[in-house]
Amino acid sequence: MAQITLDGIAHAYGTPRNEQDYALKRLDHVWEQGMAYALLGPSGCGKTTLLNIISGLVIPSEGRLLFDGTDVTRLPTERRNIAQVFQFPVIYDTMTVAENLAFPLRNRRLPKRDIELRVAEIAEMLDLTRDLNRRARGLTADAKQKISLGRGLVRADVSAVLFDEPLTVIDPALKWELRSKLKAVHRALDLLMIYVTHDQVEALTFADRVVVMNEGRAVQIGTPADLFDRPEHTFVGYFIGSPGMNLLPATVAGSTAIVAGHELRLAGAYPPLAAGGAVQVGIRPDYAMLSRSGGVPVQVRRIDDLGRRRLAHVNLGPHSFIATVPPGMTLNGSEASIELSPAHMHVYVDDRRVESLVEGRAA
Amino acid sequence: MNGKPFDNRAWWFVVPVLAFVLFSSLVPMMTVVNYSVQDSMGQNSFFWNGAGWFESLFDPTTDIGGRFAGALARNLFFSLVVLAIEIPLGIAVSLCIPRRGWQVGAVLVMIALPMLIPWNVVGTIWQIFARADIGLFGAAINGIGIPFNDTQDPLSAWSTIVIMDVWHWTSMVALLCYAGLKAIPDAFYQAARIDGARRWAVFVNIELPKLRKVLIIAVLLRFMESFMIYTEPTVVTGGGPGEATSFLSLDLVKIALGQVDLGNAAAMSLVYNLITLTLCWMFFTFTTHADQKGDV
Amino acid sequence: MSLVLEHINLTIGAEHMIRDVSLELPRGTMNVLLGPTLAGKTTLMRLMAGLDRPTSGRLLLDGKDITGVPVKRRSIAMVYQQFVNYPTLSVYENIASPLRVAGLKKAEIDQRVQQAAKLLRLEKMLGRTPLQLSGGQQQRTAIARALVKRADLVLLDEPLANLDYKLREELREELPRIFAESGAILVYATTEPTEALLLGGNTTSLWEGRVSQSGPTAMVYRRPRNIDAARNFSDPPLNELAVEKRGAVIVLSDGRQFPAIGPLLGLPNGAYRIGFRVDDVTIGTTSPSALSFPGQVAVTEINGSESFVHVNVGLGTWVCLVRGVHLWEPGVTTEVHVDASRIFVFDAAGQIASLPAANQSAIAESA
Repeated sequence: MAQITLDGIAHAYGTPRNEQDYALKRLDHVWEQGMAYALLGPSGCGKTTLLNIISGLVIPSEGRLLFDGTDVTRLPTERRNIAQVFQFPVIYDTMTVAENLAFPLRNRRLPKRDIELRVAEIAEMLDLTRDLNRRARGLTADAKQKISLGRGLVRADVSAVLFDEPLTVIDPALKWELRSKLKAVHRALDLLMIYVTHDQVEALTFADRVVVMNEGRAVQIGTPADLFDRPEHTFVGYFIGSPGMNLLPATVAGSTAIVAGHELRLAGAYPPLAAGGAVQVGIRPDYAMLSRSGGVPVQVRRIDDLGRRRLAHVNLGPHSFIATVPPGMTLNGSEASIELSPAHMHVYVDDRRVESLVEGRAA
Repeated sequence: MNGKPFDNRAWWFVVPVLAFVLFSSLVPMMTVVNYSVQDSMGQNSFFWNGAGWFESLFDPTTDIGGRFAGALARNLFFSLVVLAIEIPLGIAVSLCIPRRGWQVGAVLVMIALPMLIPWNVVGTIWQIFARADIGLFGAAINGIGIPFNDTQDPLSAWSTIVIMDVWHWTSMVALLCYAGLKAIPDAFYQAARIDGARRWAVFVNIELPKLRKVLIIAVLLRFMESFMIYTEPTVVTGGGPGEATSFLSLDLVKIALGQVDLGNAAAMSLVYNLITLTLCWMFFTFTTHADQKGDV
Repeated sequence: MSLVLEHINLTIGAEHMIRDVSLELPRGTMNVLLGPTLAGKTTLMRLMAGLDRPTSGRLLLDGKDITGVPVKRRSIAMVYQQFVNYPTLSVYENIASPLRVAGLKKAEIDQRVQQAAKLLRLEKMLGRTPLQLSGGQQQRTAIARALVKRADLVLLDEPLANLDYKLREELREELPRIFAESGAILVYATTEPTEALLLGGNTTSLWEGRVSQSGPTAMVYRRPRNIDAARNFSDPPLNELAVEKRGAVIVLSDGRQFPAIGPLLGLPNGAYRIGFRVDDVTIGTTSPSALSFPGQVAVTEINGSESFVHVNVGLGTWVCLVRGVHLWEPGVTTEVHVDASRIFVFDAAGQIASLPAANQSAIAESA
């Protein structure tokens, strides 16, 4: 049973003079028992700093870290009761696979019988049973990483298991197997897991909740579906999905947005937006369909055939835009139009999403 | 690899190396081989002696055979003692060297100092240092009531030479190990802390296995050098008292230059050379073989 | 005007690295080499560059035999997966280095470097050293260096593999544009089918040192000639099913029988392998079809816009595409429906026996 609370945590390496100097900007969050979280963001976004604060390698310059209500902000790693899996496999060369798995338990002087049972259970979950008596150093990289995973998972009493890009060294063809293993293990063991990665596939596949980070800030915390369907920040729209969300400068009045002189219908009416803010509407290419006529007129620059779908790169007035080409559609020349689904259009002011007055009510 | 562009003129680049190897090792070596199978009556006249020198060398009942066997045993014992002290001590020292901060440079320079001193100077320093009458070391030992005289007592002479070698060369082992330790990624230490490993477990399960390759090199280097030791004992004890510290190299010089007994000296130096080579090869193949077996 | 490989073989020791590769790589289009790791992409590129010499076969550049010409006398530029730059030189000097070697005039060098820097958006970085750059900028520098050289042959060996996916997306879009006007023969090796599709041009599918198929990219994707080419060009992996056709039914290895519908109907009796991609199946307990398979969800991989549901159907694990973000919980029982009109059928020797009818028209449309 464990719950980790970030109470106003912020961190700057050195003395911060302004907001920019913080590698991690102020964050309040509660990590719940039994949940799988991912910290997702490009390199330098602060996700590793946050992980290191939880594991105890970094002491935050501000705020408190609580494990089940107990302040552990300044406690060293070994007294925090966490497990961690690193980017590269960390194994004890001289030991067998079984000894590797048993190591954290032996150090804590568990009864021999309990250790054996637990090691057998974890090995079974990770398909390591056949290798238990082999020397760990002779195994392949992915088997070694499974041992590292196993050592992270073997202790039943940990407050959290932290993963630091654990699939980096795994052969791409084997990744999905380990992903499904991790997922299954999470379901079976009821542990709090926190997973750091820059890869959206890994984050969205693994986590119940994804924390998207950019420039030291957690810009959205939500389920994979939330991040896709309701990005709270333009960065989330850009970073999640391939290709990312289309963002167009617009003026919004009531339930209409005006983009490059064209009126677009929105799903709901919006309150008057603060003057001076940069207003954008965003829609994912998946919800913008190219059509021959009807909708907003565009000029098609080119069409990318991605095999299972085709994407049209078009000009909407002065803005470039990506739309989905419906199956079987053919084009004559470069004149076409796009049909936008109002339910999937979002309004952003200064990069933050704004709710309509009555969300979801189509005009 | 097959199919690389091929040009015979490339062989010309090998010529300078061949010439160098020829003059630096092959020609002198063959001269020694030549001496080892001939006898001389002086006046530069030589006659064939076959394997005669080698036969007497390997027969401990002859004078030369006895000397050889004794010196060889002393050499092996010396190397063994020196390795047994320097390797563990070197590892221990390397573990105590700080890993970061300004202290690193200072400590490394201090540790490296003994290695920067020429062999004969080391010998001279210790010859004076160990003197029973005026030497700080010798006098101090006598002062605390332990009889010590490195010119008369074999045990004193041996201790002096062993301590001197440890002083001179432990830093090399320590520096090699330090480099090896620095190469271990931080993740291993972090993982061990998280796994709740105690200091000793970290040493046995992470540091020592990761130092394996470095240690093989350290042992090889220290064995070769200690087995061929010459300058320091020559200066400190001159091989005495009696024959107590008379190692193969010292004896060889005595026979070749002191007694101008070229045949015996040549045979002895060849065998000495072969023993060194064989021991190093055996050690090296044994350790690398064990290494590969571990990977299966 | 092209680079032609004629019956190229390479054996090293007992290993046959390249087997009888004959190809024509034209100028002015992207020539993609597609294949998994160790398929022989890099080996083939080394042969093209002249770093290695083929055991047998000939290389012709614009009709001239260049088989034995050493690499330094060829006009070649190469970009690697690792970011290869001179660490102590500025970005400017890195890009200028091949021109300095060639002994060009200062003004000419400056002009070419500025031009390349502009194309690769490195103008503001010219004074920095590679280590002060992000991974994407480092690789742009290496690409710029390959570009200024104006080589006859530009070899790009998985140039984007070490970049984050957002950077990869951007650069992948720019690369064809950047090299379009160089007039060089462009060869691009990749392991990713999506990358090949985005780059367009021609694709050569390599499998175990052999060419399994070569042609316009969309055609190789939609009309695989054999199972190797189909597997090569499927990500997530091609779903496969081994069947035995007996008259009006097909029999699976576990004894289950299905009616032989769609293209299977017209084939003679015998053993076949059916292949279908992630978007040729649907998942769910509703809308059953003639080829429905009950199974259990193993995992759902979500790439942001698409969800790939791995389902264990007893005969192996199949991957099904669901558009958007939809989490299918592991362990859930469901059904996978194969769209019989979209399957590839391969004969016992792995050669294509039947193509989906739709794939013929799709070629005409994209051409």
